[in-house]
Amino acid sequence: MVKNFLLAGVSTMAFAAPALAQTEVEFWHAFTGRLGELVAEQVETFNNSQSDYTVVATHKGNYSETLNAGIAAFRAGEQPDILMVFEVGTATMMAAQGAIKPVYEVMADAGAEFDQDAYIGSVKGYYTSSDGEMLSLPFNSSTPVLWVNRNKLQEAGIDPNTDLSTWEQVGDALTQLKDAGVDCPMTTAWQSWIHLENFSAYHDTPFATKANGFGGVDTELALNSAAQVAHISAMGDWAKDGKFIYAGRRNEGGANFRAGECALFTESSAGYAGIKAEAEFDFDVRPLPYWKAVADEPQNTIIGGASLWVMEGQSDEEYKGVAAFLNFLSSPEIQAKWHQDTGYLPITKAAADLTREQGFYDANPGTDIAVIQMTAKAPTDNSKGLRLGSFDQIRGIIDEELEAVWSGDKSAQEALDSAKERGDQLLRRFEQANR
Amino acid sequence: MEKRVTFKGIWSPLLLVLPQIVITAVFFFYPAGQAIWQSLFIPDPFGLSMQYVGLGNFEYLLSNSYYRASFVTTAVFSILVTLVSMGVALYLAVLADRLIKGSGVYRTLLIWPYAVAPAVAGVLWLFMFNTRVGVVTWYLGLLGYDWNHVLNGEEAMGLVVVASAWGRISYNFLFFLAGLQAIPRSVIEAAAIDGAHFWTRFRTIVFPLLSPTTFFLLVVNIVYAFFETFGVIHTITSGGPQQSTTILVYKVYSDGFVGQDLGSSAAQSVILLVLVGVLTIIQFKFIERRVHY
Repeated sequence: MVKNFLLAGVSTMAFAAPALAQTEVEFWHAFTGRLGELVAEQVETFNNSQSDYTVVATHKGNYSETLNAGIAAFRAGEQPDILMVFEVGTATMMAAQGAIKPVYEVMADAGAEFDQDAYIGSVKGYYTSSDGEMLSLPFNSSTPVLWVNRNKLQEAGIDPNTDLSTWEQVGDALTQLKDAGVDCPMTTAWQSWIHLENFSAYHDTPFATKANGFGGVDTELALNSAAQVAHISAMGDWAKDGKFIYAGRRNEGGANFRAGECALFTESSAGYAGIKAEAEFDFDVRPLPYWKAVADEPQNTIIGGASLWVMEGQSDEEYKGVAAFLNFLSSPEIQAKWHQDTGYLPITKAAADLTREQGFYDANPGTDIAVIQMTAKAPTDNSKGLRLGSFDQIRGIIDEELEAVWSGDKSAQEALDSAKERGDQLLRRFEQANR
Repeated sequence: MEKRVTFKGIWSPLLLVLPQIVITAVFFFYPAGQAIWQSLFIPDPFGLSMQYVGLGNFEYLLSNSYYRASFVTTAVFSILVTLVSMGVALYLAVLADRLIKGSGVYRTLLIWPYAVAPAVAGVLWLFMFNTRVGVVTWYLGLLGYDWNHVLNGEEAMGLVVVASAWGRISYNFLFFLAGLQAIPRSVIEAAAIDGAHFWTRFRTIVFPLLSPTTFFLLVVNIVYAFFETFGVIHTITSGGPQQSTTILVYKVYSDGFVGQDLGSSAAQSVILLVLVGVLTIIQFKFIERRVHY
């Protein structure tokens, strides 16, 4: 009751505002550093391009903190118009009917032009409802690739152009690197995202039942099947032999790779900006490896990153501004620039085409690998994406269990069985909270 | 003849204690009541709906072996932090108390770390022990020791204990020093004349006379280790590797603010509240009896 009253108060104030000045659209995001500057630049370009709306972008901390700030603000009736939410928060946002206004609805109400088919299928799929309506606007999407330090390969007497498209080949290279005395043959960022979530999609193996949760909240984890166990087991052996160096749960390994210490590095395609700026060695982007023993050829990888959610309870005027801003962000020129600056995927086909026409891929070989890897095959139920509640916590559990494998405390089978059991408990709680 | 000031009526005394009552109500009773209320529900993150589950959240937590293990982790962590911070502080205070020249300089320097916020202290220690560029890690490497708190749970625990205890040493030092200076010199001199050595004097006179200070610090430090070390854990280990540094208060945060599971988080706060209440009662009932005022 009190909240409704407050909401009403806030929206009447907002209604009164346009008479005085431009309509303000509040946008909360999670970017700092170079990415933060690029977002600020996009916002400035938009604000200068028209005179009806002013977008005010505010940094609210990292992904988790930004989501929290949005939730707390909603509870207090002071939510922003647009909230950036990372991909693991997708299920939480989708379940929050009454707190969010689906993007397709925002666009329709504002009478804005909006063609869902313009977006790349595997990016769009992650953020659409089961009846095919887009609920949030993809903003920054990336996918994991293999980064290669060519100098290190050469030092170890390996041809830097050697084929590393399967894990079998990578395994051989790691042995050679280790024998040649390389301290860090391989490291990784985001272990759960790359070595379990993407690994499963890439080998067309379910990560969770019910089409990875797209089919309903009564989903269960399926990350302990033979394929995943074999991969984690191999990684565990490499860790034991000092061929795989574990640096941390997030992207701590990036520092080691950029400093030139590690030969191979599995990391998001969006690592591009940082690696390009800091690496003082020849580097290379390769597709994420797959196990020849598991699949003849790989499926597609899935995305990580964030999308923009529109919050409920704002004025029509503000929603028009939101629609205009979202359309601006999806325009080919803005997207192509974003893609080229950051290494994030172009979210529309037009942006990818524009980038090719501008000759970016020719000038920067390998930068299109992520796009090809994502789009080469039509996604299956196992490779559309993941939609799991409490997913941030489930990732925390997976991190803990994987650490037990890397330190040799548990076998891959034990760790993944335990991850499933613990994760399923959280899924059941999420199901109960959102019944 | 006893001289006593008494208030007539209830209003003036009530008025005088009112500020304290209001502060306690707003900052303790209200949030604690909210936590107890919320612990009976499974709400959705946005507060759009709530499901009454009775004691379901508590059942869920206590049947979870990982949650139960975090009690042990918390006990180990709190005891170590309290012992290290009080032990070192007492040692330094005894030394500083004996100084004749330059004691002001030592005191000032020793108090500095207290001004460092726990999160910042965490980052400082993490930087020194960083597995790649940490200066301590580098020296340990020269000695042939491979420091890796990213995968080794015991090293991670050691690091968060040291980082948490460090700033606390200053605080404890101040109190110990004040306590030591309050002990009459004549008592110690008399013992010295009787032939008691430093260690005997410390054991039989100084330490017992210091017991009110020690007891106060014990209570304060345990409460600190339970609640205020969050920043250190968050910046250094985030509870890892595995769950080796996940103390109860960190789990309240990660389940509530990262996992958006507010029902479980509220239930955990209630458990923590009860636990600290019981601990404090035990301390006052049993340990305080042995304290000489």
